[in-house]
Amino acid sequence: MRSRVISNLSHARRHHVPGLSLPFSLASPARAINLCPMIEISKLRKTFGAFIAVDDLSFRVERGEVLGFLGPNGAGKSTTMKMLTGFLRPDAGQVRIGDFDIITHQRAAQKLIGYLPEGAPAWPEMSPRGFLNFIADIRQLKGSEKTYAFDRAVAMTELHAVLDQPIETLSKGYRRRVGLAQAVLHDPPVLVMDEPTDGLDPNQKYGVRQAISEMAAEKAIIISTHILEEVDAICSRAIVIDHGRMVGSGTPAQLAGQSIYAGAVSITVPSALRESVARELENWADVARVDVVDRDSEVSITIFPADADADLLQRIKAQSSWQMRSIALEQGRLDDVFRRLTRRAS
Amino acid sequence: MTHLTAIIKRELASYFVGPMAVVFITVFIVALGLLTFTIGGWFEAEQANLEVFFSFHPWVYLFFLPALSMRLWAEERRNGSIELLLTLPIHLSTIVVGKFLAAWAMAGIALALTGPIWVSVNYLGTPDNGVILASYLGSFLMAGGYLALGSVLSALTRNQIIAFILTVAVSFILTISGVPMVLDTLRLIVPDMVIEGIASISFLVHFRAITAGVIDGRDLVFFTSLIAVCLTLTAIIVDLKKAEGA
Repeated sequence: MRSRVISNLSHARRHHVPGLSLPFSLASPARAINLCPMIEISKLRKTFGAFIAVDDLSFRVERGEVLGFLGPNGAGKSTTMKMLTGFLRPDAGQVRIGDFDIITHQRAAQKLIGYLPEGAPAWPEMSPRGFLNFIADIRQLKGSEKTYAFDRAVAMTELHAVLDQPIETLSKGYRRRVGLAQAVLHDPPVLVMDEPTDGLDPNQKYGVRQAISEMAAEKAIIISTHILEEVDAICSRAIVIDHGRMVGSGTPAQLAGQSIYAGAVSITVPSALRESVARELENWADVARVDVVDRDSEVSITIFPADADADLLQRIKAQSSWQMRSIALEQGRLDDVFRRLTRRAS
Repeated sequence: MTHLTAIIKRELASYFVGPMAVVFITVFIVALGLLTFTIGGWFEAEQANLEVFFSFHPWVYLFFLPALSMRLWAEERRNGSIELLLTLPIHLSTIVVGKFLAAWAMAGIALALTGPIWVSVNYLGTPDNGVILASYLGSFLMAGGYLALGSVLSALTRNQIIAFILTVAVSFILTISGVPMVLDTLRLIVPDMVIEGIASISFLVHFRAITAGVIDGRDLVFFTSLIAVCLTLTAIIVDLKKAEGA
């Protein structure tokens, strides 16, 4: 059943009409495919000598999902990506891409994947045009299909200006975009990208995130990153790994909700009122802790509730004598959760 | 386009970016010509054959072909493109063979461009063109041997210079082991059986047999099986070492 659906899809790809902005209509096959994961990893393990890079890692990604893969440097993100694209062989565990096991049906699985390796490697002496043509040949795109794929990838990554310059002369941002263009060239159902926005300026980052979000509906996407704002911006789900093990997972909101800041109330008051407000707050029974940070002419105060049910917000709002300039309920901070989850055992 | 032709095309194109290929071919031809006309004294010998010319091939290949083969794998590993290459849906064997064939084609182009000397010898006299053709084929086959050897050694390291030096060193041993003087010296200290063993793995011995106009199956088998073994080893080493430093 699964394989039939997938072959329908790849068949549909052949009927691209050049110039259409959407590569193909996903009417029924997409819904059918949503039921089965495009990427499924179970009990994956990889060691390098005595060093355990990835340990008992399991997760799945379905079509329509963008999974953010978070972790400090050296946590095992890249190693996991190398295993799920067939570059490294796991010591134990399984990787399935669509219907194919990456070890027993490596090339069939690799056909479904677009991969941006760490650092976006390419051949420095080639031009982006030559590079993409080579990838198209390997991906066995021909004729109008090839032209369409090329134009689409170039448009998505805005490479027009540098198509005929050697890749080694390009800026880091352009090189990253050449790598991205290569990964999306054959319009793969699975996209694996190792730090896709690393080295890009804010405008380029925005562009790449925009492009990923546009593709998200019809693909299963994994991106690794240590930029937390990225997770909020494009990921539908995130997992946090450290020392090769999964230490947290959930939607960005769920993850942020684990933060000590979740449910806290932040206010700013004039500096003159600093002492009186802080002292009063400390006497409240439902306040666990108060953080005070001085700014120019005002102080910002973060009030942590003693228990999750305390309705601090309403009570604070009622304090008109505090001359509050702003008041906000904290949703939680990903960076705080990230730090807590990946704090190295000392 | 098949995967193999795509790989060959990409490799060849990368040789021809910049002056590298032109410089390589020019220097190769000039070096061979100089050796033949000066040290070899081809004109003075007044013989209508290319024996002298071909006798320099192993020694020129020794230094020129490692320059082609050194980058085959070391370069891919150094700039990380090996990860890209090996995660594309291609057989590793296709990549290994494609890269080798591209380098071999470069050697073939350089060799073919020495053609004028063949024309000259026919203008000046009446050489045995059968022997010359056999010598060209033998030379091309031998070039494949040096390149396949270089392919293995290039897979062992991330550093092109190390790959080059290793290849020159190993090629040198496999070439000089056929020089009569070396063999005679060795004969004083080791038994004849060992001498025969050493001579039988020498490029020089097999190549000399071919240039003498004797096409013996064993000489052809030597070079073709050497190429096959080296390419198989290349694939194994690339697979084993791909993760290192990646």
